[in-house]
Amino acid sequence: MINIPSTLRIAFRALKVNKMRSALTMLGIIIGVGAVIAMLAVGTGASKRISEQISSIGSNLIMIVPGATTAGGVRMGSGSQPTLTMGDAEAIQKECSAVSNVAPVLSGVAQVVYGHQNWSTGVVGTSPSMLTVRDWPLSSGRSFTDQDVKSATKVCLLGQSVVDNLFGDMNPIGQVVRIKKVPFTVVGILDKKGQSPQGQDQDDTLLVPVTTAQKKLFGTTFPGMVRIIMVKAKSTEDLTSAEKQINSLLRQRHRIGPKQENDFTVRNLTQFMQAAEQSTKVMTLLLGAIASVSLLVGGIGIMNIMLVSVTERTREIGIRMAIGAKTWDIRLQFIIEALILSLIGGIAGIVAGISSSELISMFADWATIVSPFSIVLAFGFSGLVGIFFGFYPAYKASLLDPIEALRYE
Amino acid sequence: MALIEAKEITKIYRISDIQVKALRDVSVTIEKGEFVAVMGPSGSGKSTFMNILGCLDKPTSGEYLLENIHIGNLDRDELAAIRNKKIGFVFQGFNLLPRTSAIENVELPLLYDGIPARDRKEKALEALKNVGLEGRGDHHPNQLSGGQQQRVAIARALVNNAPIILADEPTGNLDSKTSAEIMELFIKLNTQSDITVVLVTHENDIADYSRRIIRFLDGRIISDEKKEKR
Repeated sequence: MINIPSTLRIAFRALKVNKMRSALTMLGIIIGVGAVIAMLAVGTGASKRISEQISSIGSNLIMIVPGATTAGGVRMGSGSQPTLTMGDAEAIQKECSAVSNVAPVLSGVAQVVYGHQNWSTGVVGTSPSMLTVRDWPLSSGRSFTDQDVKSATKVCLLGQSVVDNLFGDMNPIGQVVRIKKVPFTVVGILDKKGQSPQGQDQDDTLLVPVTTAQKKLFGTTFPGMVRIIMVKAKSTEDLTSAEKQINSLLRQRHRIGPKQENDFTVRNLTQFMQAAEQSTKVMTLLLGAIASVSLLVGGIGIMNIMLVSVTERTREIGIRMAIGAKTWDIRLQFIIEALILSLIGGIAGIVAGISSSELISMFADWATIVSPFSIVLAFGFSGLVGIFFGFYPAYKASLLDPIEALRYE
Repeated sequence: MALIEAKEITKIYRISDIQVKALRDVSVTIEKGEFVAVMGPSGSGKSTFMNILGCLDKPTSGEYLLENIHIGNLDRDELAAIRNKKIGFVFQGFNLLPRTSAIENVELPLLYDGIPARDRKEKALEALKNVGLEGRGDHHPNQLSGGQQQRVAIARALVNNAPIILADEPTGNLDSKTSAEIMELFIKLNTQSDITVVLVTHENDIADYSRRIIRFLDGRIISDEKKEKR
């Protein structure tokens, strides 16, 4: 028969006798649990940041940019050859089964004027599917439509930074702004998206129908030319096949022979970001594993102190045995002592872990996220450490010979 | 039915390669209510005999029956249960738990018997009253005199209503006046509560309190005398 309240009281009393020793033993666990929580928080913060970046550029995103030209032995950079057209975009939408949305882009920088305010921003001519491709909802108003694209209507969507700079607190919907002296009606406002992975303000932008951009703003000698085509694959698994389909479709459309190089480049941004995400996850695991080593060391500290304690209290164990303590009475007494050490250490360690991850994010400017899972994990682990490392000393105590133990000085 | 029946008990210790016969064919019967003193020089086997009586050790051969229970057949935990319910120990060095109040020391056997907290306290208070330590329950051992500590130990031996008290030189650390008081307490328990007392002692005047003296020498009983008068 085991009496939990009495056993707890006995254990607390025993720990109170050697306050310094108990505190130092706990310190091992505090550091271990704290390190596990802080390291997991750093890792989770990093991967959260990356997945935020993925969703900020749009998930399952593929970008097609024009290829490089070579003129007289001088190779120009990517995009120097205007090879992509509205026709390419439409064909990709129609013929590539792994693709869900396509948005052509013709962009440039232009001065935007409203009243006596003006602001220079990136003007993006595109189709309504841009919002789907980039996972970019509207905060108010409406999007422009395919009909707007067809008839090259002079309407626009404003990014949040443009709204702030031109309108302040005013509601811009229905107002008319001038872009390169052409009047455009504001029909909608884009939701705030924040910084891009490269640190650019993604909200400093303005969307207009691609046809309007071609005809009124960035007129070129090639009718129907676009700068970039953005494509959203149906799913992450479809990314690779979408890439292949686009490749072969565009080679065919651009009449590129089997031995010729592409005059365009297909970039799979998501795959790159996902690789980064995967590597942070591995890093998180690694950090956690290294931190758990210190928890393990803390556990060994507990075992060490418990072994000393068993030796010191041999006589007490002998008295208890003579009076009728059974094997498990003795074992439980020492296991509970170890468990109290590790659990109190665990709670203090959670506090230490949370505050140190706050400090890391404050001073090192890293995003840290303390997940409830990591707290449960670290706390549970510290409990297991207590039981595991408390068992051997307890086992040893329970095997003492009562006669010998009573004689122990 | 005898309370304690030891039949041809032999105990052999092995210390490395040497065999030491601590007890050789010892047979003793002790009835309920007896007051026995065990005497003998050190190394005579009396401590080994007491350890076996107290179920702290098992004989190498021979039989030991305590209230008709064959002790030789019991395992560690069963022996612990027997010690808990049948035997109260009183030691020369008191053997109280340090930093633990008198009442908690007395409660200890009840704790291991699974008695609920309230009953434990009640019984412990009663046992303390029985040994004349009423109101001292909250004192810790280092706040009590030697005689008082030994009384706490006796209360601990009594608390579970054990029929036997085994006392190993209970007055060895006490002055003669306190010794006499402790011995009077044993006599009171023996006569009033019919508790069987077996005590080990070197001193003849302590042995004179008993009504039967068993003398050991070289692992054997050399004399076993009963007397009518104390």
